[in-house]
Amino acid sequence: MAAMAQNKTKDNRAWLGVLPVMLIVAFSGVIPLMTVVNYSVQDILDFNTRFFVGFEWYRETLTDPRFIDAFLRQLGFSAAVLAIEIPLGILIARGMPTQGLRASLLLVLLATPLLIPWNVVGTIWQIYARSDIGLLGVTLNQLGFSFNYTAEPLHAWLTLLAMDIWHWTSLVALLAFAGLTSVPAACYQAAELDGASKWQVFRHVELPRLKGVLVIAVLLRLMDSFMIYTEPFVLTGGGPGNTTTFLSQYLATMAVGQFDLGPAAAFSVIYFLFILLFSWLFYTSVMRSEEDS
Amino acid sequence: MTWMAWTLPTAIFFAAIALALLVLIALELKRPTLTSRGWLPMATTRGDRFFISLLGAAFIHLLWLGLTPWNAFYASGLASVWLVVIMAKG
Repeated sequence: MAAMAQNKTKDNRAWLGVLPVMLIVAFSGVIPLMTVVNYSVQDILDFNTRFFVGFEWYRETLTDPRFIDAFLRQLGFSAAVLAIEIPLGILIARGMPTQGLRASLLLVLLATPLLIPWNVVGTIWQIYARSDIGLLGVTLNQLGFSFNYTAEPLHAWLTLLAMDIWHWTSLVALLAFAGLTSVPAACYQAAELDGASKWQVFRHVELPRLKGVLVIAVLLRLMDSFMIYTEPFVLTGGGPGNTTTFLSQYLATMAVGQFDLGPAAAFSVIYFLFILLFSWLFYTSVMRSEEDS
Repeated sequence: MTWMAWTLPTAIFFAAIALALLVLIALELKRPTLTSRGWLPMATTRGDRFFISLLGAAFIHLLWLGLTPWNAFYASGLASVWLVVIMAKG
């Protein structure tokens, strides 16, 4: 045993196998990120004219009320998305048949929204929710609700949330379904013999086995909702006013619309750091609770 | 390398991180890390503590720049202390 452990530490040839991945990550992730950091400390007038400004763009971004508002909106959106999609996805997965034709049909149906490109989803909902010609908008108005997502911030938010839930709950449901199929039938039989309630079966039999896939689901939805761009851009264009302008949209306006490369780079680094922090905090807390249990 | 728009301070910053990673690799080969528990609320390896130090240092700078009008060098000093403390006692 001791000899095996010694061999493991001495034989590092396996690292050669990881080398191509490291090179690809460096080429597509690390080097571009370093370039963005370089941009973030300079005032770039054109390709050859740039001045070192230190942390000035960072200070400007962090004290910019529009950035703070967009950041708070982003946090609210991600929190709402997670609070709805995760329980709903689990609920759908628990209600699904585990085998047979119905199970296959439901799986295909669930996967369908995931196959639709973001801009198409935005367009579908943009038309669907319109108060003049959209099925949803017209129906709500016929029912007596004065619904207009282009003028009312609350309606715009609800439409955005409904769109995101429609698009992405399937992902959570499919992951949870995969987790649930791995629960051995013997566990359910044992719980039944013990007279466990439905909630107890979920809490003590299913949930511990779902933890792994739920970590992936929450991380994917957190990161994806935190960098949402295309759907709100197509659906609301950030409006009415700036009420649905999220971080990435504000960033795109700055970088591509105004070509403020220095401030946009500082914004990107801050944005990246927050995503890194949230993902790390979440991952660490889940791993800790797993170790504790 | 011109397209990367290098500046001397950012070059020094990235060189320092690369050097720190090399030192960590050398240390790992010479004295493999053990998971240990210090001030932080979870058991960490040497690499974990390095990551936490860097992330914490970045946020010390962001908080300083966002909340105070003072020079960022003070934040860098504070971040250096944080880095040493976490690496040694974290």
